[in-house]
Amino acid sequence: MASYDLDNITSMELDVLREIGNIGAGNATTALAQMLQRKIDMSVPIAELLEFKNLGETIGGEETVMAGVYMTVNGDITGSMMFLLKKESARRLVNQLLFRSNEDIDPDADFDEMEMSAMKEIGNIMTGSYLNSMSDLTRLKIYPSVPDITIDMAGAILSVPAIEFGVLGDRILMIQTRFFDEIEIDGYFILVPDIDSYHKILEALGMA
Amino acid sequence: MAEIIRVGMADLKVCKSPDGLTTLGLGSCVGVAIRDPKTKIGGLVHVMLPDSTAIKNNSCLAKFADTGIEELVRQMVAMGASRTRLEAKIAGGAQMFAFQNNTSLVAVGDRNAEAARAKLKELKIRLLADDTGKNYGRTVIFYPETGDYEIRAVGKAPIII
Repeated sequence: MASYDLDNITSMELDVLREIGNIGAGNATTALAQMLQRKIDMSVPIAELLEFKNLGETIGGEETVMAGVYMTVNGDITGSMMFLLKKESARRLVNQLLFRSNEDIDPDADFDEMEMSAMKEIGNIMTGSYLNSMSDLTRLKIYPSVPDITIDMAGAILSVPAIEFGVLGDRILMIQTRFFDEIEIDGYFILVPDIDSYHKILEALGMA
Repeated sequence: MAEIIRVGMADLKVCKSPDGLTTLGLGSCVGVAIRDPKTKIGGLVHVMLPDSTAIKNNSCLAKFADTGIEELVRQMVAMGASRTRLEAKIAGGAQMFAFQNNTSLVAVGDRNAEAARAKLKELKIRLLADDTGKNYGRTVIFYPETGDYEIRAVGKAPIII
């Protein structure tokens, strides 16, 4: 298969990718809102080509400590999917899920095994919902891998998909959507399809 | 006024004391810091991948351990550093997610660190200290004045190597 040239991507194509982010993250945010019984807002998705050196700034700075759930995507398209939440947001979310009180939270404490596991499951549900709606839309088969989680600096977490993309080029194309509520939740979905997968996605939607 | 210069991912910078260099949130990438202790010229490169020859699209020199270190040394020498006096410290090369090694990129962090060590050896640059591997991200700050390489990680006390 001919490799797809990212440098020639048109603004129309970026719009289509943005729409995928919109539908995917829209469904996932709805799932989260139902789980929490709370209203959650979502920003307009961003689909852009980024130079690696600007990557960390896109989600509020390289050193922002975040809980990152990461999985690879296989099937008709390949790539990686991430669900990132600021550490404080992640802890609030997890505590709500585990019926623990927010008052007992020590903001600096590490996540225990139970909290890590709960966070991983939230990430699994969210990304599953995102990818499902994307699969429905494109009729492409999309299989996420088992998720893994880490809590670390955003720059370090994002280096993982960046390195996979670095094999192919000097820029990374990612579809990013921020979701948030008024006080407690602040996080991102990031979908990074491999270069060949962009062509398949656009083709499936009648764009290529 | 001393300035701390930011180095991004797949990026490199050189400076002279009292300025310093930093790169934030190194994951599987490796930060290679080199200095000439006499002229106090220092350089820092944030490499993402071990080997430029394994990849077709390799125009970005700072992305790879081999070309990145070569280019860093070239720029330092151009600035007035002596090639024979250079000494290095390296940090980073973590494995952020446990299952990463299921993919074709077999522990890319380790391979990055190994490639950096090999390149330094080839260029006969002494490796004074390192802090690589494990499973957490690192922010590094390099001071060419003293050669101190400060490493910060989430939930850990800063260390200087």
